[in-house]
Amino acid sequence: MAGIVLGGLAAGMVLFIVSVGLSVTMGLMGFVNLAHGGFAMIGGYVIVLSMNRLGVPFVPAVILGFVLTAAFSVVMERLFYSKLYRAAELDQVLFSIGLAFVMIASVIIIIGPETQPLILPSWLRGQMDLGFTTYRTYSIFLIAVGGLIALGLWLGFERTRMGAQIRAAVDNRKMAESLGINIDRLFTITFAFGSGMAAIGGGLGAEFLGLDPQYTLKYLVFFLIVVAVGGLGRITGVFYAAMLIGVMDFVLKKYVPQGGTAFIYALTILILLVRPQGLFGRKDA
Amino acid sequence: MIKRMIVAGLALGLAAGAAQAQDVKVGLVLPYTGVGAELAQPIDRGAELYLKMHADEIKPYKIHLIKRDAKDASGANAKIVVQELLTQDNVDVLAGWVYSPNAIATAPLVAAGKKLAVIMNAGTAHITNMSPYYVRTSFSMWHAGHALGEAAAKNLKAKTAVIGYTDFPPGKDSLAAFKMAFEANGGKVIDEIPMGGANAVPDFTPFFQRAKDKKPDVFFVFVPGGDHSSAVVRTYNALGMKEAGIKLIGPGDITQDTKLQAMGQSADGLITMHHYNADLDNPENKKFVAAWKKEYGPDSTPDFMAVAGYDGMAAIVHAVKGLKGKVDGEKAVALLKGWKYQSPRGPIQIDADTRDIIMNEYLSQASFQNGRVVQKNIGKIEAVKDACKANKVGPCAK
Repeated sequence: MAGIVLGGLAAGMVLFIVSVGLSVTMGLMGFVNLAHGGFAMIGGYVIVLSMNRLGVPFVPAVILGFVLTAAFSVVMERLFYSKLYRAAELDQVLFSIGLAFVMIASVIIIIGPETQPLILPSWLRGQMDLGFTTYRTYSIFLIAVGGLIALGLWLGFERTRMGAQIRAAVDNRKMAESLGINIDRLFTITFAFGSGMAAIGGGLGAEFLGLDPQYTLKYLVFFLIVVAVGGLGRITGVFYAAMLIGVMDFVLKKYVPQGGTAFIYALTILILLVRPQGLFGRKDA
Repeated sequence: MIKRMIVAGLALGLAAGAAQAQDVKVGLVLPYTGVGAELAQPIDRGAELYLKMHADEIKPYKIHLIKRDAKDASGANAKIVVQELLTQDNVDVLAGWVYSPNAIATAPLVAAGKKLAVIMNAGTAHITNMSPYYVRTSFSMWHAGHALGEAAAKNLKAKTAVIGYTDFPPGKDSLAAFKMAFEANGGKVIDEIPMGGANAVPDFTPFFQRAKDKKPDVFFVFVPGGDHSSAVVRTYNALGMKEAGIKLIGPGDITQDTKLQAMGQSADGLITMHHYNADLDNPENKKFVAAWKKEYGPDSTPDFMAVAGYDGMAAIVHAVKGLKGKVDGEKAVALLKGWKYQSPRGPIQIDADTRDIIMNEYLSQASFQNGRVVQKNIGKIEAVKDACKANKVGPCAK
């Protein structure tokens, strides 16, 4: 029983870390960014390659992944995304899916198509005794890190000026602009932050989800489901949705492996039928 | 329509063939892009390496490889490229096929095109029954699966097994093969777990947790080679299944040479049954591995897919030379029936009845020594035939 809860929570945390950036950018900027998985993939590559090839230790590598991916995304945002903020949603979808394919092809050309293994430091390997059960150390680490990130984000959004600005912009962009909030700058920072979060998710999740150029699109559906179920721009919503999907997916796979992923899609359809705005989204969002 | 195009293509091909009998065009159908790209690479390299290593023997004939991207496992794109290779490029020989569904989907085209078609991976057993022009130089899932079922009961003295498999045709084949041999030798399969499709590596934790709860003697896992295998070994170790006394066994896909070194310590003790690993001790393999490292870098290593590409090209060259450059499909297949060759994997032969390969299966144990994972032979079964056709199981009975 403990194994199911821990395994499910760990899977959910990976989904949460990658998806929260997507939720924030999509919710705030109203930009349908299907290349989000690409930033997760690139971030994962930075983390894994800096560890495997340059010998950077685990924690600095993760920070490096966040910083470099965020910096790269700022360039992308200024060059491309900012031109399409007022474009129709279909244009944004086409642009970002195109960008995703370009990212995949570029990584294949530069680094190659093969999977990049995440080689964990010894303190994250093996099993850990929790008193009531022993479980894989890395899962427990993920749950702790995911929990901290969730708490940090929640505090950041609820307790800081920046968070208040973002919330204001999500709720009513025109009003926020007329109050003197620099939406342009806010967008760039938020986008960089969202991509950086994706990068951390890509690196930390590589243990479970693998990491290769195709990562960009492989799990996109899952990230979109989490965002849709959680509600756009809602940290808590994305968190609960990721946990729900992670644990449900884990339990269903363990007890009814014949069903494959069909149950998760069915669950998503049901939730969205009952609450089209997501579990925690607001009707007007 | 398709038929008419193929006939037209054939006519053109004959005309072209008459002009230059020295030149032989081989269409290579592999997933050069997408998830399968890392599987296409070793096959492509193996085929290229054969041509390079044996350039003198191949003279005066010239083999041109025409490489086409089969993309994913849906079969759709494989059908398009096979048709184009037959009708537009007028190839003399077809080769490749990483994914079984692609070989299944293109079987009618291959039959209509009447060209020798050498399968260099796709391991679903009954594929070679689907067209009289298919000749397989790789393996069938039954080769290793059946041999391992027997070895698990006899050599490893296992009484109970749980099977985890990727839910697509080769996975089901592997499961059936292992189960048949294991239960015939007194073992019992206590659970069968489908572990998602072939296109994405799933998080194996829930499936492995389920297997661990059943406490079997051995946990037999089939996953397609590539990134699946690393995830399997990682999850097995992370869940402490080794400490729980459950042996992880499987066909050599889980110890694929290209993935093995990255597994490091966690590969220690893995037991696999397969027809090739880069540590095999025979003169052909030593030469092959040395040539490979010279060509593709000291850190690269050939694997079972590379050797299938290499042997497949050897078969094609045998047909080209035997037919003096005019590779008629009918005659080429006849020539390859019963063909024997000293491969890096040991002696191989094409079964005259089934056009499938006959080869040795090696039971290996991986051990981590001096920072390197080494595969040690702990058993060998000689001249193994595709057990699916030998036992006339399901679609192989035809």
